[in-house]
Amino acid sequence: MVPKKLFCLSLALSSAFLFGCGQGGTPSVKIGLNAELTGEMPAVGASAKNAAELFVSQINEAGGIEVGEQKLPMELVVGDNGAKADQAAAVAQRLISQENVLVMAGPDASACAIPASEIAESLKCPMISPWSTNPKTTVDSTTGKPKNYVFRACFTDIFEARVLAKFVLNTLNAKTAAALYDVASEAPNAQATLFKEVFEKNGGRMVAFETYTTGDRDFSAQLTKIKAANPEVIFLPTYYNDVPLVIEQAHRLGITAQFVGSDAWSSPEILKLGGAHLEGSYFCNHYSTEIATPVAREFMKAYKDRFGQDPDDVAALTYDAFGLITQAVTRAGKLDREAVRNALASIQKYEGVTGTMQFQPGSGDPIKSAVMLQIKDGKFDWVANAEP
Amino acid sequence: MIPAVVADFAGTLPDWGVYLAQQSVNALQLGSIYALIALGYSMVYGVLVMINFAHGDLFMLGAFACMLLVAALPWHLPFVVVLLMVMLIIGLLGVLIERIAYRPLRGGPRVSAVITALGCGLIIENLTLVKFPYSQHMPTDLFVSTSFRFAGVTISTLQLLIIGVSAILMVALDFLIQKTRYGMAMRAISFDAGTVPLMGIPANRIISLTFFVGAALGGAAGMLYGLAYPVIAPSMGILVGWKAFIAAVIGGIGSIRGAVLGGFLLGAVEVMVVAYLPSTYRDLISYSLLLIILIFKPYGLLGSPPNVKV
Repeated sequence: MVPKKLFCLSLALSSAFLFGCGQGGTPSVKIGLNAELTGEMPAVGASAKNAAELFVSQINEAGGIEVGEQKLPMELVVGDNGAKADQAAAVAQRLISQENVLVMAGPDASACAIPASEIAESLKCPMISPWSTNPKTTVDSTTGKPKNYVFRACFTDIFEARVLAKFVLNTLNAKTAAALYDVASEAPNAQATLFKEVFEKNGGRMVAFETYTTGDRDFSAQLTKIKAANPEVIFLPTYYNDVPLVIEQAHRLGITAQFVGSDAWSSPEILKLGGAHLEGSYFCNHYSTEIATPVAREFMKAYKDRFGQDPDDVAALTYDAFGLITQAVTRAGKLDREAVRNALASIQKYEGVTGTMQFQPGSGDPIKSAVMLQIKDGKFDWVANAEP
Repeated sequence: MIPAVVADFAGTLPDWGVYLAQQSVNALQLGSIYALIALGYSMVYGVLVMINFAHGDLFMLGAFACMLLVAALPWHLPFVVVLLMVMLIIGLLGVLIERIAYRPLRGGPRVSAVITALGCGLIIENLTLVKFPYSQHMPTDLFVSTSFRFAGVTISTLQLLIIGVSAILMVALDFLIQKTRYGMAMRAISFDAGTVPLMGIPANRIISLTFFVGAALGGAAGMLYGLAYPVIAPSMGILVGWKAFIAAVIGGIGSIRGAVLGGFLLGAVEVMVVAYLPSTYRDLISYSLLLIILIFKPYGLLGSPPNVKV
């Protein structure tokens, strides 16, 4: 019901735009957003949509986006993928073939971004996922070669797992760890496996490696097993709405190990749901509001003024994805998918909210850095920067 | 910040014993909740030979009703009062659903009733989703849990509460069904729905009562579940609802004691597979085991084949 409503709404909005532009006789730059507005992670979809709307309204207030000789208005077409893989692919198909967008931003969850990227690749439409960290989003899993038209604005799971494993070994000085993750979810699955690999290669020992399935809320059996293995650190690469449940149950069982998580923790919703149980936990993230550059500070202020809350990393990365798209379209100088794709791939240095980035040669993965945060007094506290 | 274990009783068991006892407590907690929900499926099936697939969503509403009640009422109500209010609200909702959605279809094909039930579930779920698109946290001051250690096993007062309340509700239900006139009427309808109205028993009223009790138990389960796993979302009823339905079938759908047995069995299998085997195989192994039970007992553990009337 909800998806359909939003779908109609976005259709109505986009047709209103179409007519508006048609009368003026100038074309617009249509950018699609494939977002998780409903379903398992509505906070992710809301952040993506907010940031995209903020960017589009800012650029249109400034006269539009520079393409060749003229400045054109940017137009946003939003589709709701319901945080489901099949719906994400269908939305991608619709945005690219029917709405005829120049570039598609999103989806954010890897489980959605991977199927959507297959569609974008086959239809030769550039796509940027702001937040999907799974290697398979930009790499063809059958050939092992990078996809041509798929980019991302964030670092990858491989990079993140390396940062986290080193942090646990070197900064926390822990030699034993356990992991608990959702085996049915792409990103947590990849992060847990990669973490184990890097952690063990560098002298750590995984004493327990436990899984659950999406929708589970009882983790007592797994946690009792982890407690018996007595790890110093419990790695929890799960989404923000599962984390509070796990940690609260762990505390009730008398577990006192240090919890460490991934960027899937970064929604401020986690603080509302988890409360005091989260205090002291660490996680890896794309940016921190505390060490913000002037570009980031400006974005944070505009976002807070408009939506009344601090932007999370999904918002920041979506904003950066739109920044990258804008720079690529201007450099391409024409409304042509192939030209935009080439311009995107050859961006030298983009100064974004989440740091400077450029794409690795022949790949859709950017070169950038990560931050480690700690939850302290109900806030995300910056701890350290981690370079690739 | 981390709630400490407050007291330590009775020494400690050997490591393997502590582990087994700890996992058994986990299984008991999970099983209690499955059993409470499974009862609702089984009772409705018993009287109407219909599977009420909206039951999982009534369970979800139990948690939301508790959250909203605590937030809306100005007084700090004791746990028992909130529980009874939640049971009343969800019970009445169950009756209402039966009245407007199932009763008009009672003479029709059975599959229509099942589809209607699925539809009702989806409506409830999506209406809740419109109101609460984000996951919510259950009220924390309704029941403050502390943990203690008994013979090396960590037990929280919340676990005791869940297991205790479930046990009381199940005993009360058994009394209602075995010892009262209403219970006798329910059993009569489930035995022979055609003849019962001819004996002057108000069948519709008894069916409404069945829905009320089944839904109220589902609502209570939702509230207890919400306290145990305090992040609640409109989709939380789907998976748990299916699992409880499976528990009801394993126990023998239509059988009250079977539903309880099935619930505890499913909880135990799920926990023990994780306890002694890799957790990734949990669903594979636990549901294969349950399938094997059904191969040997096709009507469930305590179920009986339908009466064949001459």
